[in-house]
Amino acid sequence: MGNSRRSFLKVAGITALGIGTKPVLDVLASSEGHGAEPKPEVSKNEKALTAKKWGMVIDTRKFHSAEDLDPIIEACHKIHNVPELTEPRHKIMWIWEDEYKHVFTHREHDLINDRIKDLPFLVLCNHCEKPACVRACPTKATFKRDDGIVLMDFHRCIGCRFCMAACPYGSRSFNFRDPRPFIKEENKEFPTRMKGVVEKCNFCAERLAVGKMPACVEASNGAITFGDLDDSESEVRELLRTNYTIRRKPDLGAGPSVYYIV
Amino acid sequence: MYDKNKIVTGLVIFVAIVTFPFWYNLGKASSVPEPKLSEKAKAAKECVVPKVDMKQEHMQILDLWRDTVVRDANRVYKTGKGKTFNMSLSTGEESCMGCHEDKAEFCDKCHNYASVDPYCWDCHIAPKEKKPEENK
Repeated sequence: MGNSRRSFLKVAGITALGIGTKPVLDVLASSEGHGAEPKPEVSKNEKALTAKKWGMVIDTRKFHSAEDLDPIIEACHKIHNVPELTEPRHKIMWIWEDEYKHVFTHREHDLINDRIKDLPFLVLCNHCEKPACVRACPTKATFKRDDGIVLMDFHRCIGCRFCMAACPYGSRSFNFRDPRPFIKEENKEFPTRMKGVVEKCNFCAERLAVGKMPACVEASNGAITFGDLDDSESEVRELLRTNYTIRRKPDLGAGPSVYYIV
Repeated sequence: MYDKNKIVTGLVIFVAIVTFPFWYNLGKASSVPEPKLSEKAKAAKECVVPKVDMKQEHMQILDLWRDTVVRDANRVYKTGKGKTFNMSLSTGEESCMGCHEDKAEFCDKCHNYASVDPYCWDCHIAPKEKKPEENK
């Protein structure tokens, strides 16, 4: 018996040490190798339009009838693959028209002047400062971006429709059925939605990201202005300064970002 | 042993039934499919990360990208080598499907084999989608 317990323990100890250091050395070696190449980065498009707080001013004096609004609605719905459903309860709307008494419920009275009474108003998501839909959403599928846009992550929407109940403006629509068969012409640059998902106006976040103005603004011939509400030099602020504007249901405290010149 | 014949017969039948799926499918195993790269993808040679990582982690990458684009509004991905990509599944030239043009040959081949059914295409519009729909 040449091996004493002492020498066995020595060899065992050294072996354990050797095995233990190999993974550590491997990690060190590999991290050095990767260090040579810079890490991948993500960023915004150079052309992207940015703001601290996006807002919209709609000059309703420039609209006279529903025909003036149709091209705007069509432009938005076409770009965003909004289906054309005829069943009223299933309708999907990102931007649509309604009359004064429904839009400005708290300002309505019987003796309102003729122009306003019959004028169709454009309505869309107000991208509120304190959005009730965001608070109601249990999955954080709808959220408020730093630039004020209230956005939806369609991937995460479970279709509970709490947001629809929470929204005081009725800006949200639910896909009660698969929308694909009802989209006349698919825009390949934007996804469609699936059955069981809520959707609404996104202030054209995907267009802003590549330096384009929202579709409704482009189609409005100057009747809709879009810009930074936080920038006192912006076009929207200039309009707000020089015109009397109203917002929808301001007494609810949601702080809508869509203003109307009436 | 009592009832030896009955027990042995029973056992033989039992074993035969239990192993049925194994010998029934013997030799029928199909080979692992290889996704077919489009000419464009072949020419580019490298994806956003090396091929091996892409094979293993494309689902995590897509998941991460989705959040980066939707939540943080960052839509441009620049690799370590300085190549830029449009962080999008199906829109534009520099998106995933902008290069991997054929969904059936690139995505579905492996997904069908592995029996995974991602719901990407319930909403995203795949290039050349019309073909499989016509076949239905």
